[in-house]
Amino acid sequence: MSRQRTRAVPAWRFHLMVVALLALLALLLGRILSLQVLDTEHGREFLQQQGDQRTVRVAEIPAYRGLITDRRGEPLAVSTPVISLWADPRLLVEVEDLQPLAKALEMPLTDLQARLDRFERKGFMYLRRHLVPEVARKVLDLRVPGVGGFREYQRYYPAGEVTAHLLGFTNIDGEGIAGLELQYESVLRGVPGKKRYIKDLRGNAVRYIGVDQPARPGADLALSIDLRLQYQHHQELQRAMAVTGASGGTIVTLDARTGEVLAMVNHPVFNPNQTSAPKPSHTRNRAMTDMYEPGSTMKTFTLVAALESGRWSTESMIDTSPGYIRVGRKTLPDPRNYGEISVSRVIEKSSQVGVTQLAQDLGHEPILEVFSRFGFGQPMVTGFPGESAGFLPSRNRWSAIEKVTLAFGYGLTATPLQLARAYSAFANDGQLPQVSLLRVADADAADTAVPVVSADLAREVRDVLHRVTGEHGTARRARVDGYDVGGKTGTVHKVGPGGYQDKKYLALFAGMAPIDNPRFVTVVVIDEPQGEAYGGGAAAAPVFARVAAGTLRLLNVAPDQPEAVLAQADTTARRGVEG
Amino acid sequence: MGDYVRQMPGERAGLQDSASLARRLHLDLPLLLLLLVVAGLGLVVLYSASGQQLGAVIRQAQYLLVACTVLLVAAQIDVQRYARWAPWLYAGGVLLLVAVVFFGVGAKGAQRWLSIGGFRFQPSEIMKLCMPLMMAWFLAGRGLPPRFTLVLGSLAIVILPAGLILVQPDLGTSLLIAASGLFVLFLAGIGWRYIGGAVLLAVLSAWPAWMYLLKDYQRQRILTLLDPESDKLGAGWNIIQSKTAIGSGGWEGKGWLQGTQSQLDFLPEGHTDFIIAVLAEEFGLRGVLILLALYLLILLRGFWIAANAPSTFGRLVAGSLTLTFFVYIFVNMGMVAGLLPVVGVPLPLVSAGGTSLVTLMAGFGVLMAVATEPRTVIPR
Repeated sequence: MSRQRTRAVPAWRFHLMVVALLALLALLLGRILSLQVLDTEHGREFLQQQGDQRTVRVAEIPAYRGLITDRRGEPLAVSTPVISLWADPRLLVEVEDLQPLAKALEMPLTDLQARLDRFERKGFMYLRRHLVPEVARKVLDLRVPGVGGFREYQRYYPAGEVTAHLLGFTNIDGEGIAGLELQYESVLRGVPGKKRYIKDLRGNAVRYIGVDQPARPGADLALSIDLRLQYQHHQELQRAMAVTGASGGTIVTLDARTGEVLAMVNHPVFNPNQTSAPKPSHTRNRAMTDMYEPGSTMKTFTLVAALESGRWSTESMIDTSPGYIRVGRKTLPDPRNYGEISVSRVIEKSSQVGVTQLAQDLGHEPILEVFSRFGFGQPMVTGFPGESAGFLPSRNRWSAIEKVTLAFGYGLTATPLQLARAYSAFANDGQLPQVSLLRVADADAADTAVPVVSADLAREVRDVLHRVTGEHGTARRARVDGYDVGGKTGTVHKVGPGGYQDKKYLALFAGMAPIDNPRFVTVVVIDEPQGEAYGGGAAAAPVFARVAAGTLRLLNVAPDQPEAVLAQADTTARRGVEG
Repeated sequence: MGDYVRQMPGERAGLQDSASLARRLHLDLPLLLLLLVVAGLGLVVLYSASGQQLGAVIRQAQYLLVACTVLLVAAQIDVQRYARWAPWLYAGGVLLLVAVVFFGVGAKGAQRWLSIGGFRFQPSEIMKLCMPLMMAWFLAGRGLPPRFTLVLGSLAIVILPAGLILVQPDLGTSLLIAASGLFVLFLAGIGWRYIGGAVLLAVLSAWPAWMYLLKDYQRQRILTLLDPESDKLGAGWNIIQSKTAIGSGGWEGKGWLQGTQSQLDFLPEGHTDFIIAVLAEEFGLRGVLILLALYLLILLRGFWIAANAPSTFGRLVAGSLTLTFFVYIFVNMGMVAGLLPVVGVPLPLVSAGGTSLVTLMAGFGVLMAVATEPRTVIPR
């Protein structure tokens, strides 16, 4: 090969080349520097942020909903972890065989297909919600593209229908929509947390980075309810429904001193653990939402007005002959001619004629004033959703019959809870307690109670109420072995289209025990009892007796007549041995 | 440049035996070590870029083994023999390129492959090696600097294969091969008038080329370079994702296998043309600097070999091969960093793929043949 002009490639050309090359490399390096570490406008910060925007997502951590317990800590509403399954329909349509998925989901293939067709153009659809984790795991293990799951909490009510009306329920997203769940939503709810994770191009979560903000669980709620009493009340109400053939009913028991609701049951019931929507009429907490004409149970308050007038004492005599009385064009009868009886006996017998005379003497204003003082016609401010305030009439012109029937408890309405609270004032030596659905300390309860009558008068009324359950009273069947109890019956014609209905009754009983130092007040309402035993004394009083007997036992109240209890225990034991 | 040789580990360790063994095998030990280090680094990055598939890494390692064998064989051939073979190799390459036009098989809308007995290869790859050899043979034997007629002849040699590759169409490879030929012309010492004239011609023809020569997708790539945001989900996607990957690496990087852009499939072609973005995201600027330093050492060693080559032919071939290697690096990294339009040029020694690796190593084999060419004129 020719080498004669080897030196013809000048050295400087090599050097120039190397310099040019280094300059180009420097340019490249500068570019990468500006992208990677310099904070120019579209430099590192911007690009790192861009990178995070593509991949880093924030997800919600569901907050644990607060527990609802009874006054002794028994759980009434708990949240259990469940898994909700979702799918991205755009990915799912590309899956050829949906049969394994449908099988794992425990739903027919046609249903799944229909659902998929409906959401075909969407980016999200639920497959099934609130699945038991094990079942959901089976589905997720199939690793079908576009199918995912996330944790939720489902509300579970261990006591089921027993506490259903009071607690209400939550919707599928875990928000309270009825009852106490709704009322204390803000307390129970808690604050969802935030966690960050990395997703890939197809949206799958690849890696969790960490928790930005832990979920704050909701606060627990301790109710005033005693679950044991609640069960016992429920049982007795169901029994009463069977015995009387009634269409509905309510039993409420208040702690006489603190105004705490110890038990509150209704009929008809519903199952809060069932996913299908219950009938609205079954979900009403009738003790607080439904207004009834309280009827003769109001005669006790007419008695208060009479005693306060100073013109009457419990021993003042009233002539109820001839067993009926004319007011305007109406005739008000007693079951029979009681003759001349004391005011006390008027209440005992629930004499229309006697009360009519009291009312005519007193006038309607003092009676209305007493009703109002005991909380009738006023909201109880428990805040329970749908709570009624009841109704007290206020009119300019009162007809003679209206003035009288007011004294019998017609022409006004009240909720069973209002009635129970009003009776608590007698039990509590004249102090009207504030009603509470939450457990309250005794000291707090004493502060909120309002004096409505003197302690002496309250005791006097209690004495009369005790006599109602005596030999001559209308509520003999309210008696409890070994204990002295007291109360007042009520039998009300229900209002229907066209006025009062002949054959539809409301049987009521408002009572307390033990009568000397009452621990609790119980109101029983039996709606439309069938047959002959439709009255308060026949339909409601026996229910009170059973409820009160159980409650006294559960509250460990010492009997007034221990010997009677012992004798009964003796016979029971003997029967047990013989049996 | 002698300084740098002394810095090479192993070289000073007095391994006289291995040095002499290397000489007997016609190997340039520093260059070989650098190549293997870069290729090894490439395998590490590839494991991450391929979505942690060991299979991909093993396949690439096998390619590397084949490529090293090719290097070893290429290094044994005498430089003067290359000079004699050059015209025949060139002619064979051109013939194969013509065959591609008629019998080629295609992928993604381009007809670049020849399939012979189930074995597929790109003749344009062969031309990458043939072009410098041919040009060096053509110019070295006819006196330097080349006369006007020789320059015209050289241009014909360059344009023929470049044109055949352009119609495949493969603009990137066509330009690279043309460049490798022109580098020989440049190294042969053509006058500045030619260079100035060529630059002027290039500038003047830019507009007509834009209007008539470039295809729509090529125009689109250039427009995308200027404003990637104009088509975020289409043509701009690659470049936006790769810039994001590089930028989010920072100085230290996110750590091996930790890059979100690359691991989560945002970065397209992460294991081939865009592998530097994976490296930048996971190993940060530090990793990029180390790779660039290794490349720079390879380049310097290449130029050192070229500068010290005993024959003009060897010098021209070595210089051209080294410059072409640089162009690969610059075009690939410039593309990924958003400096140059997107053309399908892999990152040498690092990107996955067997063909380019074998071609490169064959080139380095020729370079080593030049390095170990016996010096008859200037004894050591």
